[in-house]
Amino acid sequence: MDEVIAQALESQEYFINMGPQHPSTHGVLRLVLSLDGEIIRKVEPHIGYIHRSIEKMCEHDSYQQIVHLTDRMDYLSCHINNEAVCLAVEMGLQVEVPERVKVIRTIIGELTRLSSHQLWWGVMGMDLGAITTFLYGFRDREMITDIFEETCGARLTMNYNVPGGLMFDIHPNFQKRTKEFVTHFRKKLPEYDDLLSNNVIFRERTIGIGKLSKEDAISYGVTGPTGRASGFSCDVRKHHPYSAYDKVQFNEILRTEGDCFARYQCRIAEMWESLSIIEQLIDNIPEGPFKAPTKAVIKLPKGEWYQKVETARGEFGVYIISEGQKSPYRLKFRSPGFSNLSALDHMARGAKIADLVAIMSTIDLVIPDIDR
Amino acid sequence: MESEALKEFVLLRVPEAEISQGAQYVQAVVPSEKAHTLLSELKSNPQTSFDYLFCLTGVDWPQHMEVVYHLKSTSLNHMVVIKAKINTRENPETDTVCDIWRTAEFHEREVFDLFGITFRNHPDLRRLLLTDDWVGYPLRKDYVDNVNMIAY
Repeated sequence: MDEVIAQALESQEYFINMGPQHPSTHGVLRLVLSLDGEIIRKVEPHIGYIHRSIEKMCEHDSYQQIVHLTDRMDYLSCHINNEAVCLAVEMGLQVEVPERVKVIRTIIGELTRLSSHQLWWGVMGMDLGAITTFLYGFRDREMITDIFEETCGARLTMNYNVPGGLMFDIHPNFQKRTKEFVTHFRKKLPEYDDLLSNNVIFRERTIGIGKLSKEDAISYGVTGPTGRASGFSCDVRKHHPYSAYDKVQFNEILRTEGDCFARYQCRIAEMWESLSIIEQLIDNIPEGPFKAPTKAVIKLPKGEWYQKVETARGEFGVYIISEGQKSPYRLKFRSPGFSNLSALDHMARGAKIADLVAIMSTIDLVIPDIDR
Repeated sequence: MESEALKEFVLLRVPEAEISQGAQYVQAVVPSEKAHTLLSELKSNPQTSFDYLFCLTGVDWPQHMEVVYHLKSTSLNHMVVIKAKINTRENPETDTVCDIWRTAEFHEREVFDLFGITFRNHPDLRRLLLTDDWVGYPLRKDYVDNVNMIAY
């Protein structure tokens, strides 16, 4: 009799689809969850819903056109993605870009990182049930997008970089408005801590959830704040400095816990670092041209180049193989979201469905970045 | 490890490797049959300890296929590029490196999906980005799609 009851009460594994249109996936990501009651046994990501085969398109495009395609991958780090392609092409052409360009690229890169983290913070709160953070995050992000709009006409997909430099010089108001933003945001950032970081419910839902060890982070290639929260020192800005990162003082934020809260803290601390980087550079933009002269038709010599940069999500790599034509023979984008997503199954096993939402939020997935 | 020492390290294990100094990293083209042993050694040997595979991709050349591994050691801070050369374009096969770096599982599925390279012993080799009934491998140079691709 006992056996019959035990059999009847024994839970069975069953499957559930999360997505592709689930609000917390922030795009078209489908997760097939294998569940035992509410406990996750396995997460199987199904991706490719917005795969556009950007790598194939690049094989027919000129290098100037490729820069525009990178916006459409990680649209929240668009400037940094553009920069990666430009740096790779400049490395291939052996063009030395003017100092002014390097500094402007760094400042706008950090503003991009800030705006991405602000959006992440707002959306993260919303995922966990706090709509207020969304409004706060977007309020501050608006100031940055306004600066971008004045600088280059676009608010999200900016295309401000071109191989050799920038599309045009900064707006006369740029320095003033950026400084206004930094002063404003230095006052507002502690509010973020008040609203979420010190909130008991938020802490309960993030501390100890979705743990990832340092060895696993390295093995899965998890980079960016997600990897650094596990203690994996992977900041490209420190290890392989590009643009003006070798001229500024900043700390690489490392945590050892590797849980959701550590990832959250990493991003908040990175916002402070970004503000400090902008402050160091904004009054020291050197005079000079905003673009090194390049030919109208860029042909890279035969060879291959790999350029990595630190986007808001992690290490973004551009691998160009050129056969001397005006288009690359093969171009590979190593996107941070792709590798970070591969560790999701590992992090989520044994957690509850509601925890999965918190884990996904703290990995900060951008789906076009994964699908390419 | 310095470039010269790295070159010697690879040559000692795979004598037929074609080694060159690229614009940034030491590159070694090795036959695909010997790639797994070499990569495994590069990871486990404390002199090299390449524990971070930051990029894995395929390349379709006119006569052969290549799987390119970009490796970095997080402790020793050096990098190397290993290219596994597969001498055929018809049903190319090589060994998986999932057992060495777990990130390879997704990357190899992508390469299988877009290049049609089969990775032996891969735990779950299925199409990743495209649908299961997709015909052909889009990143191959001879791929034809009359509907979605504009001829140049």
